[in-house]
Amino acid sequence: MARMKFLCDAERCIECNGCVTACKNENEVPWGVNRRRVVTINDGVVGAEKSISVACMHCSDAPCMAVCPVDCFYRTDEGVVLHDKDLCIGCGYCFYACPFGAPQFPQAGAFGLRGKMDKCTFCAGGPEKDLSKEEFAKYGSNRLAQGKLPACAEMCSTKALLAGDGDVIADIYRQRVLKRGKGSEVWGWGTAYGKPDQKPAAQAGAKS
Amino acid sequence: MRTLSKLMLAGAALATAVGLSACGEREQVIVYKQGKYQGKPDTKPWENDPDASLYTSSKWNKGDQASWEAALRARNLGQNEYSRVQ
Repeated sequence: MARMKFLCDAERCIECNGCVTACKNENEVPWGVNRRRVVTINDGVVGAEKSISVACMHCSDAPCMAVCPVDCFYRTDEGVVLHDKDLCIGCGYCFYACPFGAPQFPQAGAFGLRGKMDKCTFCAGGPEKDLSKEEFAKYGSNRLAQGKLPACAEMCSTKALLAGDGDVIADIYRQRVLKRGKGSEVWGWGTAYGKPDQKPAAQAGAKS
Repeated sequence: MRTLSKLMLAGAALATAVGLSACGEREQVIVYKQGKYQGKPDTKPWENDPDASLYTSSKWNKGDQASWEAALRARNLGQNEYSRVQ
């Protein structure tokens, strides 16, 4: 069974923000909500600058699911973490729990009132009739139901961002690392898909 | 007299035990009990008709999970440019 995962190759990301634009366009995400964003570290430092594209990683043991007081999260058979906006109360607990800052909250009124949580759906829609207007309005595009992969990864010009079955994208990445002989660290992979009862690898240069 | 001293000793031991019980180490980490999803049910992506959307090249048999996964896997492999240029 496929287990959907994201993998961002920091050696390839050129901070073009194509993934961010693709996501915004595909899902018609409102102003102020960023389901995906590009984070750059050591900006401007020659040889040390790295960028990665970050969104909901659809964690194996998702902390957002653990802290939600109304249990509005669920995981699909493909390992995609989704939520029911009809249940969400916009409390923001998931935002504090998420190690990737994925949950977003649109401003819903005066005095900074928060709306219902919005996040990356792996382009898998939500708990409404597939490919319906209701589903698109609440959760955005359902590309998995059309046999497609997330728009961000399919749009990535350098193929830094890979999305799909974990085994397949790991094989693609492994082949890449062997070809270039460097950059085997996958940022966020251990945090999202590692086992919580096991400590991450303490090897030099490891990014988890 | 002996009984009284025994009682006093037992009382002192009990008071010490009760008094020190507050100094005990307790587990501070909450063990979360997974909640149950309370929302609406969702449909499976392979239950959709592959011809329902206009611009897609993926083909699978409606309701067949294995064929949907095979179609998605084929599309997934398209992300590997090494397999395309070699």
